Parts: sequence; structure tokens; C-alpha cells
Amino acid sequence: MNKVYNNRAWWLILPMLLLVAFSAVIPLMTVVNYSVQDVFDANTRFFTGTEWFKEMLNDPALQAAVLRQFAFSLTVLAIEVPLGIGIALIMPKKGWQASAVLILVTMPLLIPWNVVGSIWQIFTRGDIGLMGWSLRELGYGYNITASPVDAWATIILMDVWHWTPLIALLCYSGLRSIPDAYYQAARIDRASKWAVFRYIQLPKLTNVLVIGVLLRFMHSFMIYAEPFVLTGGGPGSSTTFLSQSLTTMAIGQQDLGPSAAFSLIYFLIILLVTWVFYTAIMNMQKDDNNKEA
Amino acid sequence: MAEITLKSLAHTYLPDPRSPEDYAIREMNHVWHQGGAYALLGPSGCGKSTLLNIISGLLEPSSGEVLFDGEVVNALPPESRNIAQVFQFPVIYDTMTVYDNLAFPLRNVKTPEARVHERVMEVAEVLELTAQLKRKAKNLTADEKQKVSMGRGLVREDVSAILFDEPLTVIDPQLKWKLRRKLKEIHQRFEITMVYVTHDQLEASTFADKIAVMYEGQVVQFGTPRELFERPNHTFVGYFIGSPGMNFLDVMVRNGRVMAGDTELAVGQGVHDAVARARTTNIKLGIRPEFIEVHAEPVEGGMEARVDHAQDLGTYSIVYLTLGSMALKARIEEDQVTPTGKAWLRFPDERLGLYVDEYRVEIENE
Repeated sequence: MNKVYNNRAWWLILPMLLLVAFSAVIPLMTVVNYSVQDVFDANTRFFTGTEWFKEMLNDPALQAAVLRQFAFSLTVLAIEVPLGIGIALIMPKKGWQASAVLILVTMPLLIPWNVVGSIWQIFTRGDIGLMGWSLRELGYGYNITASPVDAWATIILMDVWHWTPLIALLCYSGLRSIPDAYYQAARIDRASKWAVFRYIQLPKLTNVLVIGVLLRFMHSFMIYAEPFVLTGGGPGSSTTFLSQSLTTMAIGQQDLGPSAAFSLIYFLIILLVTWVFYTAIMNMQKDDNNKEA
Repeated sequence: MAEITLKSLAHTYLPDPRSPEDYAIREMNHVWHQGGAYALLGPSGCGKSTLLNIISGLLEPSSGEVLFDGEVVNALPPESRNIAQVFQFPVIYDTMTVYDNLAFPLRNVKTPEARVHERVMEVAEVLELTAQLKRKAKNLTADEKQKVSMGRGLVREDVSAILFDEPLTVIDPQLKWKLRRKLKEIHQRFEITMVYVTHDQLEASTFADKIAVMYEGQVVQFGTPRELFERPNHTFVGYFIGSPGMNFLDVMVRNGRVMAGDTELAVGQGVHDAVARARTTNIKLGIRPEFIEVHAEPVEGGMEARVDHAQDLGTYSIVYLTLGSMALKARIEEDQVTPTGKAWLRFPDERLGLYVDEYRVEIENE
């Protein structure tokens, strides 16, 4: 077949450009618009250039929130990924038990974010909450409104409860797709349980884990409703994460300029981390290929 | 090194078996001798994979015993049976190199690394994998992967038998014969007992010295490829081996004649007597398409048949015939005249097999 070179073909991407413009570029540009101006009312505004960005990057409260956010995301990933794999490994494989466990595991995923927050808010109350009451009865002075450690531990526990099932389900489906012959061959090769995990199960889970880790990173980095309902960001600002700082600034204080600049920084951080992670994984696989060639 | 004995072995997947049909393996006794190359041949679902998994220990039989060199191994798991198994689809450890794949079974039992190296190099050479040793196993072609799976069985010094479960299913046809030859070579070199499961008679007969034909959970015949062809012990063997399979005619003796339906068959006295002796209504005469004499002109003792059509397969043709009400197939070599319209058939007595209740009964020809 002859390939025809005709630059008018570029027009064919016009519908896609329009779609992306309306779905992403135009809304984003309004944010960009606010981030470089100081707006007083409909008729009064001043161009500020990069001033808001500088101010935001140098704001100690926001810097602390960014660090807090990273600490939170990395902690929940470090707990949820191994735990999710572990749960997937011990979930029953067939029979009614498999269906029952599958439903039980899926349950937390179906609960809306702020409902999760409310559930845990009640759960952790010292007077009527099962967990709060039990811990107090056991002699621990548990109080999430007073102790930052308690607040942190509870939020992490809540996130682990809410989202580990996602990793578990992804891994469960990954494990189900491994043919029996692999396990049989491993038995004949006298592989230990650990070797089976390390050389059969884990490699087959790589793809679902990449998806799982990316989703969980992005999700956890944007967490808002659950800690907002549970602790309101406190005690102090110890559990105030990025989304909440942003909301306070944009809605509470109506600081549109700074919060627009902050939004863009926030967006770029997520984009950057996701990109680095994805590229690193892809490069790992590419290196393999080069070595073999 | 091992002789594998199956003693009154039976297996069922059902918790409460009632009839013989409920058994995947019906009670059987069988011996695989040390160092033999055997094939287990049969159609899908006849129980051959079940039998293989019982031998390797992946399945525990419902009853009976599996003995290795006279020792009962029923309770031993596969990892302590000194047996290797190659599966239908190549099983390789994706993240490891070919070298590590081959070394894996040795490293699992803490073999010294120097010895591991020695064995891996030796096996890689036999399998022609030396050039690929440093590559990731994931990127190999299907036949190379299957060689790696075999290699993991060969690399162990304690392996006394290798079981193959249709190992060439995913291999390209032109590579199949190459791998099959490789297997033969390995068998001769290592003197390991090999049991090869397949549903392909050509694969079975090129690989094995002796073939066990399985049908409905039973070994219906165990013999050399030639025996299976010339003297099938069961109607299923006659039908399954050979291309096309054996012709079977329902026969009975009426008024001193051997009749197939309403047609009298021109057969000798020995055949007549044997049919007359049988005490059942399930009597069949079998003859291979190769052994039917087909004449284009009337011959003495020839039975007139109608020629339905002929299929030219290059070096030979298959002629579809109707004798009385019976359909027959005959194979005609290319130098013979292919009849049209009518043909005259002769069944040489010594080529006829008599099957009473599906099993072969000897005919005494005088």
C-alpha cells in the first residue's frame, strides 16, 4: 500500500482537541488565570505574575502540609500494599466461602468517603464508640481530639480499612489468573512457599500492583472528606492535609489568587510523582529487554 | 532409577461413586519398567492426565497403590517422589534467566553452586540452550520455553522418571519433530523412564517403545506400535490407531454362513467356527483398510460392493465402499487401479480380527 503524505490530515485531530479543551484545558486555564492576578471585584484586578506562587512555596503552613501529605501517602502505601497482597493470598479460592469473603472484603469500598469519616467518628468516641470505649476500658487514654498520635494512627487505620480491599481485590484477580500448572511445577521443583511467592505469584502480580499503587497514591494524596469529618484536621493542624488546606484557603478565606497558585502546585506534584513512578517501572522492564538482546 | 507399578489403582473425582462410569480411572494394574520410553495414548477425557498426576503425586488415588521400586508412595507428595513432570503449557519462572530457571530445582535442595553450574551447563548443552542461558526466560519462544521446562526435570540427578503431559501442544508443527527427536536422544543418553501422554498416535509411536492405549479410564492395550496396528486388542484401539481406523462389521452365523446383516461374508472355516463359538450378540469382525483387497474386476471369492467415492491423498487413496448395508473404507496404494462404480472385495483370513464384546478373540485358521 502506498502511504499518502498530506498535512491536511492534521485537521482530523480537531474534534479531539475540542473535547480536551472543554474537559481539561479551559477549566485549568481559569485556574491559571486566577493564579497570576489579584482579583478584588468584577472590575478591579492587578496582574501579580509569579508572586502568589512564591508566596505559596514559602508558606511554612503549606510546606508542613506537603510533608504531612507525603508522610501519610507513603505510610498508607507501605501498609496497604503488603497487607492487600497478604489478604489476597489467604482468601479462599472456591466454593461459597470465596463468594462470602469476596463480598466482605469489598464492603468498605462501597461506602462513601464522608460516611466512612462519620462511621469512624462514632466508632472512636470514648463514650459510645466501640473502639474508643474499649481502648479506654483497657486503660489507654485514647483521644483523637487531643493527641496527634491518636489522630494520626486512627486516620491511617481508617484509610487502611477503607482501601486495602482495593489492593486485595486487584491481587486476588491477578492470583486467580495463574494456571495450576505453575503451582504443580513448583511442587515438583521442590520450591519453598517463599520461592513460590517470590518467583511465581509476585511476578504475575506486577501489572496489577502498578495500577494499584498508582491509584492508591493519587487517591491518598487527595484525601479530604474522611479526615475532615473525623478530626477536622486537628488537633491543631496535625492532620490537616493538602486538600483541606486548599479548601480552607479557597472557600473559607476566599483567597482565590493564592489558592489557584496552590492548586497548580498541588496538581504538578501529583503529576510529577505519578510520572516518575510510572517511568521508573517501565524503564525497569525496558532494561531487562536490553540486557537480553 | 525406578520401576513404577500401579496396583489395583482406581480414581474417582466423585465423593460417592456408584457405577464404573463414575471412575476417571477404573481399577487397573500396570508396570512401567525402569528406563523405558512409554506413551499413554487416548482421546480427551479418557483419564490419561489423571493417571499421570497420580504417578507424580499431584493427585492421591481413591484406591489402590502406586509403587516405586516396590515401595508404596501413595502418601508421598510430589516433592519427595524423585519425579519430574512437563506440562502441556510451558511453565517457566518469568523473572529468572534461563540459567536460573535450570538451576532452580537444584538450588531448592541447597546443591553446592559449583555442582549446579556443572549440571546446568550439561543440560543446556543437550537441549541446545547454551546460547540463551543469560536471557530472561520470559522472552523465549514457546519451544524454547518448553525445553527449559524439560531441562528443569533433567537437571536433577535424583530424577528417576519424567512424565510428559502433551508437551508439544503449543509447539509449531515444524519444530515438533525436532523436539521429539531431542526427547528420544535424551532418553537414550540419560536412561530415564519416560511416560509421554498424548492423543496423537504419530507422536506416541515415534516417541515410545511401548504404547498404553487408554479408553474410558482403562488401559485397553499395552504394546508396541506394530502390535497396536496389527493386532488391536480392543475395538477402540482398532478405531483409534491407524488412519483411517479399522472397519468393524457386526456379524452372526446363520445357516452355517457368516452374515453381516443380510450379506454373506466370504470368510474361511476358522472364522466361521470362532463366530459360532461366541456366546453373545456383540460380535464384530474387524479389518484394517490397508488389508482389504480391492479389485476393479470380479475375482474368485470376491464380494461385490458399491464404490461411493474415492479420496486421493497423493501416495494412496481411500475408497469408501458399501457392502450390503455396511459402509467400509479401504486404502489403495497409488500403483493400484482405483475402481469406479463397483468393486470386488476379499478379506484375507489372517488379517481379520474377531471382537467379542469389544475384546479380541483368537481365530484358529487352519
